[in-house]
Amino acid sequence: MKIFKDRIFKFLIIIFTIISILPLFFIFFIILKKGLSVINLNFLLSLPKPPGETGGGILNAIVGTFLLIFIASLISIPLGIFLGIFLYEYKKRKIGEICYIFIDVLQGIPSIVIGIVAYIWIVKKMGHFSAFSGGFALFLILLPIVIKSTKETLDMIPFDLIETSLSLGITYPRTILKVVLPCGMSGMMSGILVGIGRISGETAPLLFTAFGSPFLNLNILKPISSLPHLIFTYTMSPYDDWHRQAWGCALLLIMIILSLNIISKIIVKKWKIEF
Amino acid sequence: MINTEKVYKKIIGIGGVIIIGLLLSIFITLFLNSLPTIKKFGFKFLINKTWDPVFENFGALPFIIGTILTSIISLIISVPFSLSLSLFIGEYYRDTFISKVFETFIEIIAVIPSVIFGLWGLFYLAPIIRSLQLKFSLPPTGVSIFTASLILSIMIIPYATSIGKEVIKLVPIDLKEAAFSFGATRYEVVKKIIFPYARSGIFAGFLLSFGRAIGETMAVTMVIGNSNFLTFNILKSGNTIASIIANEFTEAVETLHLTSLIELGLILFLITFIINFFAHFFVIKRKIIEI
Repeated sequence: MKIFKDRIFKFLIIIFTIISILPLFFIFFIILKKGLSVINLNFLLSLPKPPGETGGGILNAIVGTFLLIFIASLISIPLGIFLGIFLYEYKKRKIGEICYIFIDVLQGIPSIVIGIVAYIWIVKKMGHFSAFSGGFALFLILLPIVIKSTKETLDMIPFDLIETSLSLGITYPRTILKVVLPCGMSGMMSGILVGIGRISGETAPLLFTAFGSPFLNLNILKPISSLPHLIFTYTMSPYDDWHRQAWGCALLLIMIILSLNIISKIIVKKWKIEF
Repeated sequence: MINTEKVYKKIIGIGGVIIIGLLLSIFITLFLNSLPTIKKFGFKFLINKTWDPVFENFGALPFIIGTILTSIISLIISVPFSLSLSLFIGEYYRDTFISKVFETFIEIIAVIPSVIFGLWGLFYLAPIIRSLQLKFSLPPTGVSIFTASLILSIMIIPYATSIGKEVIKLVPIDLKEAAFSFGATRYEVVKKIIFPYARSGIFAGFLLSFGRAIGETMAVTMVIGNSNFLTFNILKSGNTIASIIANEFTEAVETLHLTSLIELGLILFLITFIINFFAHFFVIKRKIIEI
């Protein structure tokens, strides 16, 4: 009886485990099936047609996604590394611990609320939707990810290394800048890439910041489209051709995000510095 | 001579001001911008069940109920799956190739954007729900609170699993071995040793995935049906706090409408703040047991 119970329990665990990843295969299968037939050079390199007309592409959304990621990374990577160093230096003090919890809280804020904040701070001040405000919202989402990955990477660097550097007469700030940071480079890079993967799929904060636009646009003061936002508008539209194109966008977006994650794994493996 | 180390510490110390300032200013911004609604409706905002932009009568109850329903149902559905996954990866098949494979799959689920879950849910999950709705002679829209909960349950599995498997791995091997030496089966070890030991960590994982479910926007907005009326029937359309904001924020022209939506955002912010704070507390408690 005892052994029977044990067997049943193990069986249940295996069954539940397998069921829980079935949706993943289902989603991937459908995205591949529906997306592959949509994606071609014309789809990637042309602009959308007016609503209801068939054809057209998603060039505006691809450019928009990359521009938004660029804006967000440009602010959050330097600031995030700086704040990560702060958490590392102050980790034994009360203020450092509180700030670490605050970063967790910041990361836990729903992205739609981040969107509201970006709307109030930037869209309301400027009076119109803009790519910059969208990039700013994504910056607030990326920031805690960069901070945490910086702090966690620095934590893993042995103190011997710092002591050795100090004993050579190198000042402490210089040691952090020239010895510790380069050693943690691979860990930080992979964390940042995972973070970029995450913001490239964010839709909610862009609804009322970047807003979306059917035109090709490189001006950060004007509204801009992005892949996830386009998937949302196309899915909720009544047009069959737009539904079809939404699957193409989904495939493209998944491929971008997965390759970012794969690159980050490769970086960790290849550049890993063993202590 | 300037003491470079002191200057460095001072400069780095600014980081603390930035972090605390950022979080405080987010809170203050949300609070100040929802003041008109807070002044007009006060606490009644939370228990008023009408949401009428035309007559400027705003109450958050339908959305609070919608949020509670979706997140609790999705949590209940996801618990057996994320627990099984945690045990599978952290105990039964620990450090084997197959558990690495499942870990990777779970990581992939975590990186799929919410909007793609919504797309899939709308075209493939909704038709299944539609037949269910027909059985109960409800309007067969396919979109409902239950559809949203199902999608959410898939989306939050990785959060509970990632913490669950780590705390299960942390259970000391000598405790388990001692139990095995008394002739305990694995099931008994899981029940009597692993669960009590890893309890607070597992709980923190569920708390975090609950927080995710509350704030999740896009997938929910796409499959919940966006109805602003209070309902407890999970096969009917509804709205969550996040989805009403996503739906109406760009359309809100009247000040009171906009500030009401911002107050909903403030509520969401406070709920997730509390949840994340407590999740931290539980994980910290676990670390103390470890020592």
